[in-house]
Amino acid sequence: MQITGDYLKSVAVGSAQDRSGDAAQATGAIRFILLSELIVPFLLLILGVLLGLYQVLARAGIIRSAEIFGINYYQGLTLHGVINAIVFTTFFAVAFGNAIMLHQLKRPLKVGVQWASWLLMVGGTLMAAWAMLTGRATVLYTFYLPMVAHWTFYVGATLLLIGSILPYFLDWIPNTLAWRRENPNAKPPLAVLGNLVNFTLWFLIILPLATTVLFQMLPLSLGLASEVNPLLSRTLFWFFGHALVYFWLLPSYIMLYTMLPKLAGGKLYSDPAARLAFLLFLLFSIPVGLHHQYTEGGLSSGWKLWHAFLTFMVALPSFITAFTVAASLEHGARQNGGQGLFSWWSKLPYWSREGDKWLFAYFISGLILFLFGGITGIINASYNLNLVVHNTAWIVGHFHTTVGGLVTLSFLGMTLYLIACLRGVDVKAKPFALAAPYLWMLGFVIFEVALSITGLQGAPRRSNIGISYLDPSNELLYRGDWLFWSHVGALGGAIAVVGFLAYVVSLVGTLFAKPVRAPAIDFPIADALHDTPTPLVVNLRPWVTATLALIAISYTYPVYESMTRGVITKVPGYQSHENNLVPQQTLREQTKLP
Amino acid sequence: MDRFEKRAMALALSLVMMFFGLVVYAAKGLQADLPTCLPNARLFERGRVVEIGPNRYQVDVVAYMWGFDMGTVNQIKLPRGAVVDFYITSRDVMHGYHIDKTLVNLMAIPGAVTYSRVKFDRAGEYQIICHEYCGLGHQNMAGQVIVE
Repeated sequence: MQITGDYLKSVAVGSAQDRSGDAAQATGAIRFILLSELIVPFLLLILGVLLGLYQVLARAGIIRSAEIFGINYYQGLTLHGVINAIVFTTFFAVAFGNAIMLHQLKRPLKVGVQWASWLLMVGGTLMAAWAMLTGRATVLYTFYLPMVAHWTFYVGATLLLIGSILPYFLDWIPNTLAWRRENPNAKPPLAVLGNLVNFTLWFLIILPLATTVLFQMLPLSLGLASEVNPLLSRTLFWFFGHALVYFWLLPSYIMLYTMLPKLAGGKLYSDPAARLAFLLFLLFSIPVGLHHQYTEGGLSSGWKLWHAFLTFMVALPSFITAFTVAASLEHGARQNGGQGLFSWWSKLPYWSREGDKWLFAYFISGLILFLFGGITGIINASYNLNLVVHNTAWIVGHFHTTVGGLVTLSFLGMTLYLIACLRGVDVKAKPFALAAPYLWMLGFVIFEVALSITGLQGAPRRSNIGISYLDPSNELLYRGDWLFWSHVGALGGAIAVVGFLAYVVSLVGTLFAKPVRAPAIDFPIADALHDTPTPLVVNLRPWVTATLALIAISYTYPVYESMTRGVITKVPGYQSHENNLVPQQTLREQTKLP
Repeated sequence: MDRFEKRAMALALSLVMMFFGLVVYAAKGLQADLPTCLPNARLFERGRVVEIGPNRYQVDVVAYMWGFDMGTVNQIKLPRGAVVDFYITSRDVMHGYHIDKTLVNLMAIPGAVTYSRVKFDRAGEYQIICHEYCGLGHQNMAGQVIVE
């Protein structure tokens, strides 16, 4: 049967609109841009995940080598961190933000702005990827000075960040203002507030990072300077670095608040509580960076304690979220016929192939992992308790249940969902798509427990311990007591990778499936059960002012201290690609005891 | 706001405040405090072990790619019951200094001095582990404190 394209389109548009009255069109360039903002980082993520597998195997001494397929362990670790935690997350946050704004405000995105943003992000990523893949930027994802990478790494990262902020200023803010003029008495949709909070945060933290990258790292890398203050750079990096984790987390929270309740079959328990949580994140998530610097001199412990206090405060919106999400799930479960104090848990769509409900599996698995992440996070934040776990494998376990847990799972689920929307297809291989998050969750629960234990036994993070501490022929360093749990950790990592491969099957199927309807963005947005007017949580402006004030209070003195106490030192010129030339044998000799 | 929600928020706030209270008590009451700013600490270029009193020691550590200069390279011997002040800095890039089974867990930052005090009550070998990435030899950067 021959059906013309236009006819198919009109039928499909009709059916898409029947499905839901408020699907948003995404056509032409915008559709291409959104799709590629999801696919480009996904392709890199495959490399990032496989390198992660190499790392767990190397850390268990199962693969005992300094490199794999010509990629050095630390080069791979840099790629793993930068791709998974910076590139994948940033691209996704921009694509998801664009989709949310388009869907919620029903206002077009500007093609010019989106192209500029796309070019900067893709161009920047390619530059940085070149530097990392050729061994010119083996500096890990924290790129602490005075270790220096090739200039393309810094410029690439900067372009990625600039590209990611353009839509916020040139599309989202103007569209929100226009929406408010048209709807003077309505509050902006919850997802819009969450998204604006997230990118306001993003903009504020890009500034200190850009300062150290452009004024400290780049001049060194280009050979224009030979001296630097490493402590200052570190303080500026963590000014950015911890709020960064909330930049990853907030898109997940948007999904938990606006979509999860609907998928569960009910409503969002409380709209004002959700807004309050987002705004508290804005307020407290930046002035907490010193909790990454507890174990260094040059900074007064009084200020570290202050940042510890604020870190506990930033746990508050997560507690609120835990309550609201659990209450929303309970509401949904009771709509599905759930009863009793606890047995309503059984009435949630854990394994449903119906419509969009498969997405539930990603959120619930992420939430379970996030329980581990939240608890270990509070331990890490606990000032002196941190001395036990700082820079040990414990920390690695922690963030693989936060950014590697809830964040990655919800981003993967939403990537699949959006690709299906934007291509006008149904998600393919749904059993695979459903198994993926559970395998991932199982893998990372095992991984987290194992790494916590090896961490408490003293195993360091960021180290190819397979060729040193876990090498029985190394009499000086060998630590047999780490061996068992390192193997358990490798098992966990391997299970998670199997989950990821199941996801890849579904994603590739969806990517090449034949379109059955016109592309349209439609999210399952839940209504609110409780929605009393709460003026405090409607307007962003007073919260931004309070945030700026709190940042000024919390960071003025520590930055001043870093500038005066952190002495400017000559950089010894350890370019990372020069390190690659040092043969392993020589390194062994150098570290032998007298 | 709904009353259950208010209770949940009050509970969460009390919980985090309780945690913070315990942290402050441990830091100030039990003296399990963090390294702080040392305004008068002089930068040093060589490692050394100095006996500054009866069973009191000062250890200056210079971390470098890839070892610890503590007067001797990578290894120091101390008597049992020694109270030791560790001062640490780095000659090149960032390093870590974690003495296994103790709360000595420090960052070595070029241009800054970090400090920690510990008492070695038990005899034995304590491994010193560099736990900050410092280049391709990082995994082999380790040392020992031997308490006799």
